[in-house]
Amino acid sequence: MTTERRYHDMGGLPAGPVERTEHEFEPWEHKTDAIVRLLSEPGRGPLLRVDEMRRAIEEMGGNIYDELTYYERWIAATTNVMLEKGVFSVDELGKAIEAVRAKQRAAGGEVAEG
Amino acid sequence: MSTEHPHNHSHDHGHDHDHSGAPKQPDTEDRALTYHAAMADAVADLLIAKGVFNADELRAKIETMQSRTPALGAKVVARAWVDDGFKQRLIQDGSSAVAELGLDPGPAPLTVVENTAETHNVIVCTLCSCYPVFLLGKSPDWYKSREYRSRVVREPRTVLAEFGTDIAEDQAVRVHDSTADLRYMVLPCRPEGTENLSESELTTLVTRDSLIGVIECKSE
Repeated sequence: MTTERRYHDMGGLPAGPVERTEHEFEPWEHKTDAIVRLLSEPGRGPLLRVDEMRRAIEEMGGNIYDELTYYERWIAATTNVMLEKGVFSVDELGKAIEAVRAKQRAAGGEVAEG
Repeated sequence: MSTEHPHNHSHDHGHDHDHSGAPKQPDTEDRALTYHAAMADAVADLLIAKGVFNADELRAKIETMQSRTPALGAKVVARAWVDDGFKQRLIQDGSSAVAELGLDPGPAPLTVVENTAETHNVIVCTLCSCYPVFLLGKSPDWYKSREYRSRVVREPRTVLAEFGTDIAEDQAVRVHDSTADLRYMVLPCRPEGTENLSESELTTLVTRDSLIGVIECKSE
C-alpha cells in the first residue's frame, strides 16, 4: 500500500503565502449553489448526497481540479452525478448548453470559446 | 418549501423572462458566457424541465442562501458575549443554541469553539471547503485556496501573521479541520472597553474573518 495522497488531500503540504482573494459571486455561481442544495434535500431522494458530490470532485483528476474554480467544480461534479443517475442524458445536456448559448447570442451577449 | 410568487407560469422553455432565478447583476451581464456558466444554466433548465424542482423553488433557494451573511454569525456571538448561560449552551451544542435564537444553523452539526486568553481557534477544511455557510454565507476565495488549506494546519501562527494577527508565544493555537459532516465557527474574544455597548452595537464588531478565526475582534 502506498501512502501517496490524492490531490484534494492537501493539509500540511508546503504552499505559498495566502493571498486574501475574494470576488462577488456571479449569478451562475449562486444558481449552482442553489441547484446543489435543492438536489440534496431529502424530499428529492436526495438525488445528490454530499459523499457523491465529493467523490465526483475527487475523481475529476488533479489537473482539472486545480484548473477549475470552486463553483466550476461544483457544477461539473453535480452534472456528472446527474448523468450517472440518468436524470438527463449527455445528448440532452449538450442540447441544453447549446440552447443557453444561443439565447445569450440572441440577446447580443458574448459566448466564451471552449 | 412554499414560495409566495404571485405568478403561476408553466415551466416550458421559450417564454421571454428569465426563469432561471438568478438576480441580474449589470456588471456581470456583459461578460462572455463561460462553459461552466452555460452548464449551470443548462442543468437548471433540464432539472426544471424534468420536474425535479421548479423555477420558483430555484429562485427561492438562491434568495435564501443570499440572505445568509456574517451578520447572522455576529448575532450569535454578541448574544454569547452578553449572556453567559447562552454561551455555555452554544459551546455545548452549537446547532441547538443557534436555533434558540430563531436562526437556522443548517443541516450539518455546528461546533462553536471559544477563543480565550489561553487559546486562539481557527477553522479550515483541508479536504474540501466545508464552512458554516448557513451563518456566514458563502466562503471567501482564500478560504478555499490551496495555500490556506495546506498551510494553516502546519504553520498556523505564520498564516495568522499573514492576516496581521500575531499570537502570543504563550497562547495556544487550535486549528479545527471541518468535515462534510461537521462545521466549526469561532467565538472570538469580546474586545476590551466594550462593557457599555449594547448587544446590537456589539454585533457590529464581529467580522466574518473573526468568525473564521484569522483575526480577532477589535473595539471599533
